[in-house]
Amino acid sequence: MDSLSVDHVIGIKDLTKNDIELIFKTADAFKEVINRPIKKVPSLRDITIANLFFENSTRTRLSFELAEKRLSADVINFSAASSSVKKGETLIDTVNNILSMKVDMVVMRHPNPGAAKFLSERIDAKVVNAGDGTHEHPTQALLDAYSIREKLGSVEGKKVVIVGDILHSRVALSNIYCLKKLGAEVMVCGPTTLIPKYIAELGVLVEHNLRKALEWCDVANMLRIQLERQDIKYFPSLREYSMQYGLNKELLDSLPKEIVVMHPGPINRGVEITSDVADSKQSVILQQVENGVAVRMAVIYLLASKVKR
Amino acid sequence: MERQEILNSKHFELTINRLCYQLIEAHGDFSNSVLIGLQPRGVNVVTRLKQNLEAIIGKEVKCGNLDITFYRDDFRRRESPLIPSTTNIDFDIENKDIVLIDDVLYTGRTIRSGLDALLAFGRPAKVELLTMIDRRFRRDLPIQADYVGKTVDTLVSERVSVEWKEIEGEDKVILFTQENNG
Repeated sequence: MDSLSVDHVIGIKDLTKNDIELIFKTADAFKEVINRPIKKVPSLRDITIANLFFENSTRTRLSFELAEKRLSADVINFSAASSSVKKGETLIDTVNNILSMKVDMVVMRHPNPGAAKFLSERIDAKVVNAGDGTHEHPTQALLDAYSIREKLGSVEGKKVVIVGDILHSRVALSNIYCLKKLGAEVMVCGPTTLIPKYIAELGVLVEHNLRKALEWCDVANMLRIQLERQDIKYFPSLREYSMQYGLNKELLDSLPKEIVVMHPGPINRGVEITSDVADSKQSVILQQVENGVAVRMAVIYLLASKVKR
Repeated sequence: MERQEILNSKHFELTINRLCYQLIEAHGDFSNSVLIGLQPRGVNVVTRLKQNLEAIIGKEVKCGNLDITFYRDDFRRRESPLIPSTTNIDFDIENKDIVLIDDVLYTGRTIRSGLDALLAFGRPAKVELLTMIDRRFRRDLPIQADYVGKTVDTLVSERVSVEWKEIEGEDKVILFTQENNG
Protein backbone atom coordinates (compact mmCIF):
# COMPACT_ATOMS: atom_id res chain seq x y z
CA MET A 1 0.00 0.00 0.00
CA ASP A 2 1.53 3.23 -1.12
CA SER A 3 -1.16 5.53 0.14
CA LEU A 4 -2.46 6.52 3.59
CA SER A 5 -5.59 4.67 4.75
CA VAL A 6 -7.07 7.90 6.12
CA ASP A 7 -8.16 11.20 4.56
CA HIS A 8 -7.30 13.29 7.61
CA VAL A 9 -4.62 12.89 10.26
CA ILE A 10 -6.65 13.36 13.43
CA GLY A 11 -4.97 10.89 15.74
CA ILE A 12 -2.54 8.01 15.76
CA LYS A 13 -5.44 5.82 16.90
CA ASP A 14 -6.86 5.91 13.33
CA LEU A 15 -3.57 5.12 11.58
CA THR A 16 -2.38 1.63 10.72
CA LYS A 17 1.15 0.37 11.19
CA ASN A 18 1.55 0.57 7.40
CA ASP A 19 0.53 4.23 7.45
CA ILE A 20 3.17 5.00 10.05
CA GLU A 21 5.84 3.13 8.14
CA LEU A 22 4.86 4.91 4.92
CA ILE A 23 5.17 8.26 6.71
CA PHE A 24 8.61 7.31 8.02
CA LYS A 25 9.81 6.15 4.62
CA THR A 26 8.65 9.38 3.02
CA ALA A 27 10.19 11.40 5.88
CA ASP A 28 13.57 9.76 5.19
CA ALA A 29 13.53 11.32 1.72
CA PHE A 30 12.48 14.71 3.09
CA LYS A 31 15.20 14.60 5.71
CA GLU A 32 17.69 14.33 2.86
CA VAL A 33 15.96 17.26 1.09
CA ILE A 34 16.17 19.59 4.12
CA ASN A 35 19.91 18.98 4.35
CA ARG A 36 20.53 20.14 0.78
CA PRO A 37 21.80 23.60 -0.19
CA ILE A 38 18.34 24.37 -1.61
CA LYS A 39 15.97 22.93 0.97
CA LYS A 40 12.83 23.12 -1.09
CA VAL A 41 10.92 20.95 -3.55
CA PRO A 42 8.11 22.05 -5.86
CA SER A 43 5.66 19.16 -5.16
CA LEU A 44 2.83 21.17 -3.57
CA ARG A 45 2.89 24.25 -5.81
CA ASP A 46 -0.88 24.16 -6.28
CA ILE A 47 -1.85 23.50 -2.66
CA THR A 48 -2.93 26.14 -0.14
CA ILE A 49 -2.71 25.35 3.55
CA ALA A 50 -4.23 27.26 6.48
CA ASN A 51 -2.55 26.99 9.87
CA LEU A 52 -5.24 27.65 12.46
CA PHE A 53 -3.87 27.99 15.96
CA PHE A 54 -6.56 28.51 18.56
CA GLU A 55 -4.01 27.87 21.26
CA ASN A 56 -0.45 29.11 21.73
CA SER A 57 2.37 27.28 20.03
CA THR A 58 5.85 28.17 18.87
CA ARG A 59 7.63 24.99 17.89
CA THR A 60 4.76 23.09 16.28
CA ARG A 61 3.60 26.13 14.37
CA LEU A 62 7.04 27.03 13.05
CA SER A 63 7.68 23.41 12.22
CA PHE A 64 4.44 23.05 10.24
CA GLU A 65 4.96 26.36 8.48
CA LEU A 66 8.50 25.43 7.48
CA ALA A 67 7.36 21.98 6.32
CA GLU A 68 4.66 23.56 4.16
CA LYS A 69 6.99 26.15 2.68
CA ARG A 70 9.66 23.56 1.90
CA LEU A 71 7.03 21.68 -0.11
CA SER A 72 6.23 24.94 -1.96
CA ALA A 73 2.64 25.14 -0.67
CA ASP A 74 1.01 28.53 -0.16
CA VAL A 75 0.51 29.18 3.53
CA ILE A 76 -1.84 31.36 5.51
CA ASN A 77 -1.59 31.73 9.25
CA PHE A 78 -4.20 32.46 11.80
CA SER A 79 -3.96 32.73 15.54
CA ALA A 80 -6.90 33.05 17.86
CA ALA A 81 -5.31 35.80 19.91
CA SER A 82 -5.67 38.30 17.06
CA SER A 83 -8.89 37.13 15.40
CA SER A 84 -12.65 37.25 15.29
CA VAL A 85 -12.82 34.25 17.63
CA LYS A 86 -12.37 36.84 20.34
CA LYS A 87 -15.44 38.58 18.92
CA GLY A 88 -17.61 35.48 19.32
CA GLU A 89 -17.36 33.70 15.96
CA THR A 90 -17.87 29.90 16.08
CA LEU A 91 -15.21 27.43 14.92
CA ILE A 92 -17.23 26.33 11.88
CA ASP A 93 -17.87 29.92 10.80
CA THR A 94 -14.24 30.86 11.15
CA VAL A 95 -13.12 27.85 9.18
CA ASN A 96 -15.76 28.16 6.47
CA ASN A 97 -14.72 31.75 5.92
CA ILE A 98 -11.16 30.64 5.49
CA LEU A 99 -12.18 27.78 3.19
CA SER A 100 -14.08 30.19 0.92
CA MET A 101 -10.66 31.52 0.12
CA LYS A 102 -9.98 28.10 -1.52
CA VAL A 103 -7.84 26.34 1.03
CA ASP A 104 -7.01 22.65 0.44
CA MET A 105 -5.73 21.68 3.86
CA VAL A 106 -6.16 22.86 7.42
CA VAL A 107 -3.59 22.36 10.18
CA MET A 108 -5.36 23.05 13.44
CA ARG A 109 -4.49 23.31 17.11
CA HIS A 110 -7.45 23.77 19.42
CA PRO A 111 -7.95 23.64 23.21
CA ASN A 112 -10.97 21.31 22.95
CA PRO A 113 -10.47 17.55 22.59
CA GLY A 114 -12.22 16.33 19.42
CA ALA A 115 -12.08 19.69 17.63
CA ALA A 116 -10.08 18.29 14.72
CA LYS A 117 -12.46 15.35 14.23
CA PHE A 118 -15.46 17.67 14.44
CA LEU A 119 -13.95 19.85 11.76
CA SER A 120 -12.95 17.00 9.46
CA GLU A 121 -16.56 15.77 9.37
CA ARG A 122 -17.89 19.14 8.34
CA ILE A 123 -15.49 20.62 5.82
CA ASP A 124 -14.14 19.64 2.45
CA ALA A 125 -10.45 20.29 3.12
CA LYS A 126 -7.99 17.76 4.56
CA VAL A 127 -7.40 18.23 8.29
CA VAL A 128 -4.18 17.70 10.21
CA ASN A 129 -4.50 17.77 13.98
CA ALA A 130 -1.71 19.80 15.52
CA GLY A 131 -2.98 19.11 19.03
CA ASP A 132 -6.57 19.08 20.30
CA GLY A 133 -6.69 19.76 24.02
CA THR A 134 -5.69 16.75 26.10
CA HIS A 135 -6.60 14.29 23.31
CA GLU A 136 -3.96 13.70 20.61
CA HIS A 137 -0.97 15.34 18.98
CA PRO A 138 -0.22 12.87 16.18
CA THR A 139 2.70 14.56 14.44
CA GLN A 140 4.58 14.88 17.74
CA ALA A 141 4.21 11.15 18.38
CA LEU A 142 5.32 10.40 14.83
CA LEU A 143 8.44 12.52 15.15
CA ASP A 144 9.22 11.00 18.56
CA ALA A 145 8.98 7.47 17.18
CA TYR A 146 10.91 8.54 14.07
CA SER A 147 13.69 9.89 16.31
CA ILE A 148 13.81 6.62 18.26
CA ARG A 149 14.00 4.69 14.98
CA GLU A 150 16.81 6.96 13.81
CA LYS A 151 18.79 6.69 17.04
CA LEU A 152 18.25 3.00 17.84
CA GLY A 153 17.64 1.53 14.38
CA SER A 154 14.05 0.49 15.03
CA VAL A 155 11.16 0.99 17.42
CA GLU A 156 10.04 -2.62 17.63
CA GLY A 157 10.97 -4.29 20.90
CA LYS A 158 12.35 -1.09 22.45
CA LYS A 159 11.34 -0.10 25.96
CA VAL A 160 10.07 3.46 26.24
CA VAL A 161 9.04 5.21 29.42
CA ILE A 162 6.93 8.37 29.30
CA VAL A 163 7.49 10.41 32.44
CA GLY A 164 5.40 13.21 33.91
CA ASP A 165 1.97 14.67 33.40
CA ILE A 166 0.27 11.78 31.59
CA LEU A 167 -3.20 12.97 32.61
CA HIS A 168 -3.09 16.25 30.69
CA SER A 169 -0.76 15.21 27.93
CA ARG A 170 -1.91 14.70 24.34
CA VAL A 171 1.70 13.87 23.55
CA ALA A 172 1.57 10.93 25.96
CA LEU A 173 -1.63 9.48 24.49
CA SER A 174 -0.46 9.79 20.89
CA ASN A 175 2.94 8.37 21.83
CA ILE A 176 1.35 5.36 23.52
CA TYR A 177 -0.75 4.55 20.43
CA CYS A 178 2.17 5.11 18.06
CA LEU A 179 4.77 3.12 20.02
CA LYS A 180 2.37 0.23 20.67
CA LYS A 181 1.48 0.04 16.97
CA LEU A 182 5.17 -0.14 16.11
CA GLY A 183 5.74 -2.94 18.59
CA ALA A 184 7.51 -1.11 21.42
CA GLU A 185 6.94 -1.75 25.13
CA VAL A 186 5.58 1.34 26.84
CA MET A 187 5.61 2.38 30.50
CA VAL A 188 4.19 5.54 32.03
CA CYS A 189 5.70 7.04 35.15
CA GLY A 190 4.56 9.92 37.34
CA PRO A 191 2.78 10.83 40.55
CA THR A 192 -0.46 8.88 41.10
CA THR A 193 -2.50 12.05 40.64
CA LEU A 194 -1.14 12.58 37.14
CA ILE A 195 -1.62 9.00 35.89
CA PRO A 196 -5.15 8.40 34.52
CA LYS A 197 -6.99 5.62 36.34
CA TYR A 198 -7.58 3.28 33.39
CA ILE A 199 -4.36 3.93 31.46
CA ALA A 200 -3.20 0.31 31.91
CA GLU A 201 -6.06 -0.75 29.62
CA LEU A 202 -4.10 0.74 26.72
CA GLY A 203 -1.53 -1.99 27.35
CA VAL A 204 1.06 0.10 29.13
CA LEU A 205 2.95 -0.56 32.35
CA VAL A 206 2.56 1.87 35.24
CA GLU A 207 5.40 2.79 37.58
CA HIS A 208 5.58 5.46 40.23
CA ASN A 209 9.28 5.21 40.98
CA LEU A 210 11.39 7.11 38.46
CA ARG A 211 14.62 5.22 39.17
CA LYS A 212 12.94 1.84 38.59
CA ALA A 213 11.39 3.14 35.37
CA LEU A 214 14.70 4.44 34.09
CA GLU A 215 16.50 1.22 34.91
CA TRP A 216 13.92 -0.64 32.82
CA CYS A 217 13.90 1.54 29.72
CA ASP A 218 15.93 2.20 26.56
CA VAL A 219 14.33 5.59 25.99
CA ALA A 220 12.91 8.13 28.45
CA ASN A 221 10.49 10.73 27.11
CA MET A 222 10.28 13.48 29.73
CA LEU A 223 7.05 15.46 29.48
CA ARG A 224 6.48 19.01 30.59
CA ILE A 225 4.24 19.73 33.56
CA GLN A 226 1.28 21.46 31.95
CA LEU A 227 0.47 23.99 34.63
CA GLU A 228 -1.89 25.81 32.26
CA ARG A 229 -4.19 22.76 32.13
CA GLN A 230 -4.13 22.03 35.84
CA ASP A 231 -7.12 23.55 37.58
CA ILE A 232 -6.30 22.01 40.95
CA LYS A 233 -3.05 21.12 42.71
CA TYR A 234 -1.89 17.65 41.63
CA PHE A 235 1.35 17.75 43.63
CA PRO A 236 2.54 19.90 46.55
CA SER A 237 5.14 21.99 44.72
CA LEU A 238 7.23 22.09 41.57
CA ARG A 239 10.30 21.62 43.75
CA GLU A 240 8.91 18.43 45.20
CA TYR A 241 7.89 17.19 41.74
CA SER A 242 11.36 17.89 40.47
CA MET A 243 12.96 15.98 43.34
CA GLN A 244 10.75 12.93 42.75
CA TYR A 245 10.35 12.93 38.97
CA GLY A 246 13.01 15.26 37.58
CA LEU A 247 15.86 13.72 35.60
CA ASN A 248 19.29 14.98 36.64
CA LYS A 249 22.81 14.07 35.53
CA GLU A 250 23.60 12.16 38.70
CA LEU A 251 20.60 9.88 38.23
CA LEU A 252 21.30 9.49 34.50
CA ASP A 253 24.96 8.55 35.09
CA SER A 254 24.07 6.03 37.80
CA LEU A 255 21.94 3.93 35.41
CA PRO A 256 23.31 0.54 34.30
CA LYS A 257 23.12 1.46 30.56
CA GLU A 258 23.02 4.57 28.39
CA ILE A 259 19.45 5.57 27.71
CA VAL A 260 18.14 8.04 25.12
CA VAL A 261 16.56 11.16 26.61
CA MET A 262 13.73 12.87 24.75
CA HIS A 263 11.56 15.89 25.46
CA PRO A 264 8.76 17.26 23.28
CA GLY A 265 9.52 20.86 24.35
CA PRO A 266 9.21 23.47 25.62
CA ILE A 267 11.59 22.47 28.40
CA ASN A 268 11.17 23.74 31.94
CA ARG A 269 14.85 23.51 32.79
CA GLY A 270 15.31 22.38 36.35
CA VAL A 271 11.79 20.93 36.67
CA GLU A 272 11.35 17.73 34.63
CA ILE A 273 14.91 17.75 33.34
CA THR A 274 18.07 19.60 34.40
CA SER A 275 20.17 21.67 32.00
CA ASP A 276 23.13 19.30 31.98
CA VAL A 277 20.82 16.41 30.98
CA ALA A 278 19.04 18.46 28.31
CA ASP A 279 22.39 19.40 26.78
CA SER A 280 24.07 16.00 27.21
CA LYS A 281 24.97 13.72 24.32
CA GLN A 282 22.28 11.26 25.39
CA SER A 283 19.62 13.86 24.69
CA VAL A 284 18.05 13.94 21.20
CA ILE A 285 15.88 16.95 21.89
CA LEU A 286 17.21 19.04 19.00
CA GLN A 287 17.20 16.08 16.59
CA GLN A 288 13.52 15.70 17.48
CA VAL A 289 12.94 19.27 16.29
CA GLU A 290 14.79 18.66 13.02
CA ASN A 291 12.93 15.40 12.43
CA GLY A 292 9.68 17.25 13.15
CA VAL A 293 10.00 19.19 9.91
CA ALA A 294 10.75 16.07 7.84
CA VAL A 295 7.89 14.08 9.41
CA ARG A 296 5.40 16.93 8.93
CA MET A 297 6.50 17.30 5.31
CA ALA A 298 5.77 13.60 4.86
CA VAL A 299 2.31 13.82 6.46
CA ILE A 300 1.36 16.87 4.40
CA TYR A 301 2.79 15.39 1.18
CA LEU A 302 0.87 12.13 1.59
CA LEU A 303 -2.41 13.88 2.48
CA ALA A 304 -2.04 16.42 -0.32
CA SER A 305 -1.89 13.61 -2.85
CA LYS A 306 -5.50 12.88 -1.86
CA VAL A 307 -6.73 16.39 -2.71
CA LYS A 308 -8.99 16.10 -5.75
CA ARG A 309 -9.60 18.94 -8.19
CA MET B 1 1.73 -8.74 -25.25
CA GLU B 2 4.18 -9.43 -28.04
CA ARG B 3 7.86 -9.26 -27.12
CA GLN B 4 10.58 -8.21 -29.47
CA GLU B 5 14.22 -8.17 -28.50
CA ILE B 6 15.79 -4.98 -29.80
CA LEU B 7 19.20 -5.45 -28.16
CA ASN B 8 20.60 -8.85 -27.22
CA SER B 9 23.30 -9.31 -24.61
CA LYS B 10 26.12 -9.12 -27.16
CA HIS B 11 24.91 -5.87 -28.70
CA PHE B 12 24.10 -4.57 -25.24
CA GLU B 13 27.74 -4.94 -24.21
CA LEU B 14 28.93 -3.31 -27.45
CA THR B 15 26.57 -0.40 -26.92
CA ILE B 16 27.72 0.16 -23.34
CA ASN B 17 31.35 0.09 -24.50
CA ARG B 18 30.68 2.55 -27.30
CA LEU B 19 28.99 4.92 -24.83
CA CYS B 20 32.03 4.63 -22.57
CA TYR B 21 34.42 5.64 -25.35
CA GLN B 22 32.15 8.50 -26.39
CA LEU B 23 32.16 9.72 -22.78
CA ILE B 24 35.96 9.46 -22.59
CA GLU B 25 36.25 11.38 -25.85
CA ALA B 26 34.28 14.26 -24.33
CA HIS B 27 35.36 14.07 -20.68
CA GLY B 28 38.94 12.77 -20.78
CA ASP B 29 39.93 11.30 -17.43
CA PHE B 30 36.76 12.51 -15.67
CA SER B 31 38.71 14.75 -13.30
CA ASN B 32 35.94 17.36 -13.45
CA SER B 33 33.07 15.15 -14.59
CA VAL B 34 30.50 13.09 -12.72
CA LEU B 35 27.80 10.63 -13.72
CA ILE B 36 24.37 11.01 -12.13
CA GLY B 37 21.73 8.34 -12.61
CA LEU B 38 18.03 9.03 -12.29
CA GLN B 39 16.17 6.76 -9.86
CA PRO B 40 15.12 4.07 -10.22
CA ARG B 41 16.37 2.56 -13.51
CA GLY B 42 18.98 5.10 -14.58
CA VAL B 43 21.08 3.96 -11.64
CA ASN B 44 21.66 0.58 -13.34
CA VAL B 45 23.10 2.31 -16.40
CA VAL B 46 25.45 4.32 -14.19
CA THR B 47 26.64 1.23 -12.30
CA ARG B 48 27.59 -0.52 -15.54
CA LEU B 49 29.15 2.55 -17.15
CA LYS B 50 31.21 3.17 -14.00
CA GLN B 51 32.55 -0.41 -14.02
CA ASN B 52 33.56 -0.26 -17.68
CA LEU B 53 34.90 3.31 -17.59
CA GLU B 54 37.09 2.58 -14.57
CA ALA B 55 38.44 -0.53 -16.29
CA ILE B 56 39.37 1.54 -19.34
CA ILE B 57 40.81 4.70 -17.78
CA GLY B 58 42.11 3.07 -14.59
CA LYS B 59 40.77 5.85 -12.37
CA GLU B 60 37.78 6.30 -10.14
CA VAL B 61 34.73 7.89 -11.75
CA LYS B 62 32.48 9.81 -9.38
CA CYS B 63 28.84 8.76 -9.51
CA GLY B 64 25.59 9.67 -7.78
CA ASN B 65 21.90 8.80 -7.76
CA LEU B 66 19.15 11.38 -8.05
CA ASP B 67 15.53 10.89 -7.05
CA ILE B 68 13.10 13.16 -8.88
CA THR B 69 9.83 12.22 -7.16
CA PHE B 70 9.21 15.60 -5.56
CA TYR B 71 9.93 17.46 -8.81
CA ARG B 72 7.50 15.58 -11.04
CA ASP B 73 4.69 17.42 -12.78
CA ASP B 74 2.09 14.65 -12.32
CA PHE B 75 1.71 14.86 -8.52
CA ARG B 76 -2.00 14.52 -7.66
CA ARG B 77 -2.78 13.37 -11.19
CA ARG B 78 -2.23 9.82 -10.01
CA GLU B 79 -4.29 7.51 -7.83
CA SER B 80 -1.68 7.04 -5.13
CA PRO B 81 1.21 9.28 -4.10
CA LEU B 82 4.64 8.72 -5.60
CA ILE B 83 6.97 7.27 -3.01
CA PRO B 84 10.54 8.48 -3.29
CA SER B 85 13.74 6.47 -3.72
CA THR B 86 17.01 7.65 -2.25
CA THR B 87 19.14 10.45 -3.53
CA ASN B 88 22.83 9.95 -3.02
CA ILE B 89 25.07 12.77 -4.17
CA ASP B 90 27.90 13.03 -1.67
CA PHE B 91 30.02 15.55 -3.55
CA ASP B 92 29.72 19.18 -4.59
CA ILE B 93 28.34 19.58 -8.12
CA GLU B 94 29.32 23.26 -8.34
CA ASN B 95 31.18 23.90 -11.64
CA LYS B 96 31.26 20.18 -12.48
CA ASP B 97 30.51 18.68 -15.89
CA ILE B 98 27.55 16.44 -15.28
CA VAL B 99 26.24 13.58 -17.35
CA LEU B 100 22.62 12.91 -16.40
CA ILE B 101 21.73 9.31 -17.15
CA ASP B 102 18.49 7.39 -17.62
CA ASP B 103 17.63 4.10 -19.29
CA VAL B 104 14.79 5.21 -21.58
CA LEU B 105 14.13 8.71 -22.95
CA TYR B 106 10.47 9.04 -23.88
CA THR B 107 8.36 12.15 -23.22
CA GLY B 108 11.26 14.09 -21.69
CA ARG B 109 9.24 14.91 -18.55
CA THR B 110 11.45 12.81 -16.29
CA ILE B 111 14.53 14.62 -17.57
CA ARG B 112 12.84 17.99 -17.04
CA SER B 113 12.20 17.01 -13.40
CA GLY B 114 15.73 15.66 -13.15
CA LEU B 115 17.20 19.00 -14.23
CA ASP B 116 15.17 20.81 -11.58
CA ALA B 117 16.19 18.30 -8.91
CA LEU B 118 19.83 18.53 -9.95
CA LEU B 119 19.94 22.32 -9.76
CA ALA B 120 18.84 22.14 -6.11
CA PHE B 121 22.34 20.86 -5.39
CA GLY B 122 24.19 23.75 -6.97
CA ARG B 123 25.23 25.21 -10.31
CA PRO B 124 27.07 22.76 -12.54
CA ALA B 125 29.28 24.04 -15.36
CA LYS B 126 27.53 21.85 -17.90
CA VAL B 127 24.87 19.16 -17.99
CA GLU B 128 24.66 16.51 -20.70
CA LEU B 129 22.16 13.71 -21.16
CA LEU B 130 22.87 10.04 -21.82
CA THR B 131 20.17 7.44 -22.44
CA MET B 132 20.34 3.77 -23.30
CA ILE B 133 17.20 3.92 -25.45
CA ASP B 134 15.78 6.97 -27.20
CA ARG B 135 12.11 6.59 -28.17
CA ARG B 136 12.24 9.37 -30.74
CA PHE B 137 9.28 11.35 -32.12
CA ARG B 138 7.51 10.89 -28.77
CA ARG B 139 8.72 13.97 -26.92
CA ASP B 140 6.35 16.26 -24.97
CA LEU B 141 9.17 18.68 -24.19
CA PRO B 142 12.11 20.04 -26.20
CA ILE B 143 14.75 17.71 -24.71
CA GLN B 144 17.34 15.68 -26.64
CA ALA B 145 20.09 13.32 -25.50
CA ASP B 146 23.80 13.93 -26.15
CA TYR B 147 24.69 10.22 -26.02
CA VAL B 148 22.26 7.54 -27.19
CA GLY B 149 22.63 3.76 -26.91
CA LYS B 150 19.97 2.96 -29.49
CA THR B 151 17.22 4.95 -31.13
CA VAL B 152 13.86 3.25 -31.65
CA ASP B 153 10.57 4.30 -33.23
CA THR B 154 7.66 3.29 -31.05
CA LEU B 155 3.92 3.75 -30.61
CA VAL B 156 2.41 5.21 -27.45
CA SER B 157 0.83 1.82 -26.69
CA GLU B 158 4.21 0.12 -26.74
CA ARG B 159 6.62 -0.19 -23.86
CA VAL B 160 10.39 -0.49 -23.80
CA SER B 161 12.17 -2.32 -21.00
CA VAL B 162 15.93 -2.31 -20.40
CA GLU B 163 16.92 -5.44 -18.48
CA TRP B 164 20.16 -6.16 -16.58
CA LYS B 165 21.95 -9.37 -15.80
CA GLU B 166 22.36 -8.25 -12.15
CA ILE B 167 18.59 -7.86 -11.76
CA GLU B 168 16.66 -9.72 -14.44
CA GLY B 169 19.37 -12.29 -15.23
CA GLU B 170 20.29 -11.15 -18.72
CA ASP B 171 21.36 -7.94 -20.45
CA LYS B 172 18.77 -7.07 -23.11
CA VAL B 173 16.28 -4.52 -24.32
CA ILE B 174 12.74 -5.64 -25.03
CA LEU B 175 9.94 -3.91 -26.91
CA PHE B 176 6.47 -4.91 -25.73
CA THR B 177 3.67 -4.45 -28.23
CA GLN B 178 -0.04 -4.86 -27.56
CA GLU B 179 -1.33 -7.38 -30.07
CA ASN B 180 -4.53 -5.56 -31.11
CA ASN B 181 -3.00 -2.17 -31.88
CA GLY B 182 -3.36 -2.12 -35.68
